[in-house]
Amino acid sequence: MLEDGPRGAKPKKRFSRNNIILYGTLLLVAMYYILPLYVMIVTSLKGMPEVRLGNVFSPPVEVTFQPWVKAWAEACTGINCDGLSRGFWNSVRILVPSVLLSIAIASVNGYALANWRFKGSELFFNILIIGAFIPYQVMLYPIVILLREIGLYGSLWGLIMVHTIFGMPILTLLFRNYFASVPEELFKAARIDGAGFWGIFLRIMLPMSLPIFVVAIILQVTGIWNDFLLGVVYTKPDVYPMTVQLNNIVNSVQGVKEYNVNMAATLLTGLVPLIIYFASGKLFVRGIAAGAVKG
Amino acid sequence: MQEVSVSVRKLDLSFGAVTVLRQLDIDVHDGEFLVLLGSSGCGKSTLLNCIAGLLEASDGQIFIKGTNVTWAEPSERGIGMVFQSYALYPQMTVEGNLSFGLKNARVPKAEIKKRIDYAAQVLQIEPLLKRKPGALSGGQRQRVAIGRALVRDVDVFLFDEPLSNLDAKLRADLRVELKRLHNQLENTMIYVTHDQIEAMTLADRIAIMKSGAIQQLGSPDEIYNRPMNKYVADFIGSPAMNFLEGHLNKGVIQVGEHGFPMTGYEFVDGNATGDVWLGIRPEHILTGDGTTNAAFQTTVEVDIVEPTGADTLVLATLADAPFRVRMDGQARVRPGETLVIGINPAAASVFDKESEQRL
Repeated sequence: MLEDGPRGAKPKKRFSRNNIILYGTLLLVAMYYILPLYVMIVTSLKGMPEVRLGNVFSPPVEVTFQPWVKAWAEACTGINCDGLSRGFWNSVRILVPSVLLSIAIASVNGYALANWRFKGSELFFNILIIGAFIPYQVMLYPIVILLREIGLYGSLWGLIMVHTIFGMPILTLLFRNYFASVPEELFKAARIDGAGFWGIFLRIMLPMSLPIFVVAIILQVTGIWNDFLLGVVYTKPDVYPMTVQLNNIVNSVQGVKEYNVNMAATLLTGLVPLIIYFASGKLFVRGIAAGAVKG
Repeated sequence: MQEVSVSVRKLDLSFGAVTVLRQLDIDVHDGEFLVLLGSSGCGKSTLLNCIAGLLEASDGQIFIKGTNVTWAEPSERGIGMVFQSYALYPQMTVEGNLSFGLKNARVPKAEIKKRIDYAAQVLQIEPLLKRKPGALSGGQRQRVAIGRALVRDVDVFLFDEPLSNLDAKLRADLRVELKRLHNQLENTMIYVTHDQIEAMTLADRIAIMKSGAIQQLGSPDEIYNRPMNKYVADFIGSPAMNFLEGHLNKGVIQVGEHGFPMTGYEFVDGNATGDVWLGIRPEHILTGDGTTNAAFQTTVEVDIVEPTGADTLVLATLADAPFRVRMDGQARVRPGETLVIGINPAAASVFDKESEQRL
């Protein structure tokens, strides 16, 4: 026999005052953020006559992918009329080596600073960290001179080198903190088992640090892909990254403003970081949490 | 004369201005089970890490099997080490964990298999070989960690508080197994712990450490019955030894109004006189019928009674000092009652008041 009184699951009140206020606010803020994206997407799917009507919020009457095709393959910057595709491939050629190189070096840096403390390693680390707080702009010109002197100015490899160096402070910090959180006894056990600097790094540490590598990859891919300043300063027009080329398409002063093409081009440029975030969201959060614990 | 397995000579270790080990000398005999015992921060783990080669000594030498290994890599010292947190490689299977060191040493595959099979059989972990550490219980993990030292066929096993992470029952079980393993392998084992029960039960000899120096090195029996100074006497034994302040003169210690005749006590220095500490273990105090034969008898008033099942601990006052008596678990005593106690000075310890050394 059950006693009299309430039993079973607690009834939910969907439309309580609290819920309405809470979800109402969330909805409002979500709209605020999503609206520009919506405008971009619908505009990019309209033809120019429809764009000129000025109804920015109305969905396209006639859906056309022509602006996307044009943005990708036909839009003109200067004398080149092969669209964003050239910039895309330039960006990929900059991105892949920069990401691989910076992460490879920074992970070894972080590992050495966390596990193989040497005399002055703390000082070295502190100097590296200070680097993270110096604005890029301060270093722009000195690096121009540096690249000129070593003959890399204006080339892809020059930019790759700059990205690798600028990524170093924050990535080293990230990796050092992660490796410092790995139990010290694990490292000691591996030393007793006869593993050396590289043996421990490659066979003990690397296999257990996937989350932090994902974080590093995301940080670097988005950072380098979205970079405009370094790209425009250290490269020449025919090796401009996608962002610089996008700017040149959107800001071209000649002819009519093709808003639909501009929107499509911008969306295309933002696609890579977007895909990265969607594909690795969970690992990213895990890694950020793991890297942030210890100072 | 037993052969020496591990020998530490005048070892100094300091981190900057902090001296952790000072002029430390110790010889560990071949096949001996030596326990380094001390409270946290006494340098016992540091000493073990120095022997393992994981910490670099500031000065001094370390010999293992007659070879000077002071500057040798940990893997070249012929040691295996078991850690408190097990320190198993999480991404490798048990088999991978066991073989990692052997692969680094380029041992042939057939030999690796043979040794893993042997270790798995000794430690009874054969069904676990294909599992990963995450899928093992604490006790199983610790066995694998011991196995990792075992497969390497080392001269010396080093244990750094290996049982501290286990629950009480499992700890008692594994303690027995460790002892059996030692009897079977007859390796030299150096074992760090802060648990005196572990130390007393496992050790051939115990080294009691305090602030980077060894206070006493001896068999559990010697440590318990003839502590060389007040620190050791206080550290070993639970509940701790009672200490009474007194004055020693002509073989009698005067504590307040009580005179303790020290007949039967083996003095280190027969002529010693002066202010002393008289140390008496709670379990050496006689009550009930036993008191009639004791050399010294008196009555004390019971303050607090703590029944623990097996024993009853009584807190009383003697000569204005707190005084613990360990009685039979069935003893029925109440606070406020008077208790007749008897003491045989032969089982007591006397320490100089100033130097706190045994007299």
